[in-house]
Amino acid sequence: MASIKVVGLETEYGIVHRGVDDPNPITASSLLINAYLARCEATGRRPATQRVSWDFEDESPSLDARGFTPLGARPPEIETHLVNAVLTNGARYYVDHAHPEMSTPECLDARTVTLYDRAGELVVIESMDAAKELLGGGQELIAYKNNSDGKGNSYGTHENYLMDRATPFSHIVANATVHFVTRQIFIGAGKVGCEIPGTGVDVVPYQLTQRADFFEEEVGLETTLKRPIINTRDEPHADAQKYRRLHVIVGDANMSEFATWLKVGSTMIVLAMIEDGEFAPELAFRAPVQALRNVSYDLTLAKPLRLADGTTATAIEIQAEIIGAADKYLERYGTEGAGGPDALAVLAAWRETVETLERDPMELSDRIDWVAKKKVLDAYRSRDGIEWGDARLRALDLQYHDMRPDRSVFNKLKMHTIVDHDSAVAGADNPPEDTRAYFRGECLRRFPDAIVAANWDSMVFDTGEPPLRRVPMMEPTRGSAAHVADLLHGCETVKELLDQLQS
Amino acid sequence: MAEQEKRQAPAPAETERVTEHPKPAAKDQALADGLDDILDEIDEVLETNAEEFVKSYVQKGGE
Repeated sequence: MASIKVVGLETEYGIVHRGVDDPNPITASSLLINAYLARCEATGRRPATQRVSWDFEDESPSLDARGFTPLGARPPEIETHLVNAVLTNGARYYVDHAHPEMSTPECLDARTVTLYDRAGELVVIESMDAAKELLGGGQELIAYKNNSDGKGNSYGTHENYLMDRATPFSHIVANATVHFVTRQIFIGAGKVGCEIPGTGVDVVPYQLTQRADFFEEEVGLETTLKRPIINTRDEPHADAQKYRRLHVIVGDANMSEFATWLKVGSTMIVLAMIEDGEFAPELAFRAPVQALRNVSYDLTLAKPLRLADGTTATAIEIQAEIIGAADKYLERYGTEGAGGPDALAVLAAWRETVETLERDPMELSDRIDWVAKKKVLDAYRSRDGIEWGDARLRALDLQYHDMRPDRSVFNKLKMHTIVDHDSAVAGADNPPEDTRAYFRGECLRRFPDAIVAANWDSMVFDTGEPPLRRVPMMEPTRGSAAHVADLLHGCETVKELLDQLQS
Repeated sequence: MAEQEKRQAPAPAETERVTEHPKPAAKDQALADGLDDILDEIDEVLETNAEEFVKSYVQKGGE
């Protein structure tokens, strides 16, 4: 039976430091995040205290019925050289390689994770504002929510889905690849040109996705070189006997909330179908990596893709087939393992989107990033009589993803939204209530001085009396408001809380 | 429930795949007019030296 799909998104932002002679992206990323933390402390939105670090220690202790087993006496290893913060909404905000990265808290459906992705954008926007104020002297940090610099350097937007450990990984590889290759038609964020050496704008003037150029393998562990369509990282951040985490690296950062919602929602349904052995399209690509690129380069969405059995199908035909199977699946199995009740709205929007793409993609210019971006680029080309190689078009492409609200091209387009603004603002400070992110975020808000470190599946507390105490959280759906809100409200001190959890 | 009703909608028929759906010219014109205003707004926020901006936008690989 398909397991509940706990989901989270990780977004690495591009970073630019203006007003200094020799900008360093690692320093800039650290400054950005520290400026945000300082702003929150100064305004009382975040406790003014030692900053809670991310804890990299990995362990899998046994569980009690609530999913908590406070243990003692394990000195945590704390990474201190790079900024690595936990936010009161349960998110992780940190420097990864040379980028600021936001990992949303764990969510149970596509709509909620879209809200937290948007909340993460608001955090980044406030970070830029805080940094500008802090740095002064005309200096500015600018974040871009894209995945490529147009010069062959890519940074990722990853999706994470909790899956049933019993599902053979080979089934995931075989089936999920079909969705990942063909979903590009609605998840693509659009890109001017191509970053495969030797392929110029004369060959690929514009493509659906930011990322397709960077994938070279079908399956593998890498994320930075020879990137695979299916990533094999097996680090569930949960009970590894019960769960695996599918770490999806083959996707774009979406500015469009609708695209984020549909990307995650459709994938949740597909993964549930795979877990239950109901993924219908019995097909495989003859060359998946080539198919990934061919889909991205085909603006007509009509070119046939070569299948392993010698036949062909278009991405739209394959998506229509997946949607038909998804409809039957939800009818029969319900939505429990497929993203909850939100899955029904996802299915309807998914079908409508693919039907519209078949008719005329430009009708989706208020929902799909690659379409919205292309519409603006086409209008500029027509108005100014410029060719695809023109720097102004590449600049437009980059500024579509500019996170400064007053400089963002995306913002000017007033696209369809999924999340209401007030909820996103609240989501920047408050955790989702239905996963362990609630426990993480609320503990941080209530007992900031007592938390030494936190990570996805545990927290380390200092009660004032040695030893430090670790609270494992190996069950991602535990630690929700339903589980621990009364307990948290009833405890004055962290010692009381830990004693209660242990009893 | 709208979602439920939409779920009953039939999958696109084969014949629809080859049907052309030309849009009325009037609609195109209306879209273009709306877009002209947006282009004007975008003009105001675009980096003034596109060439330099694009050249200097260099990131390190991530993930």
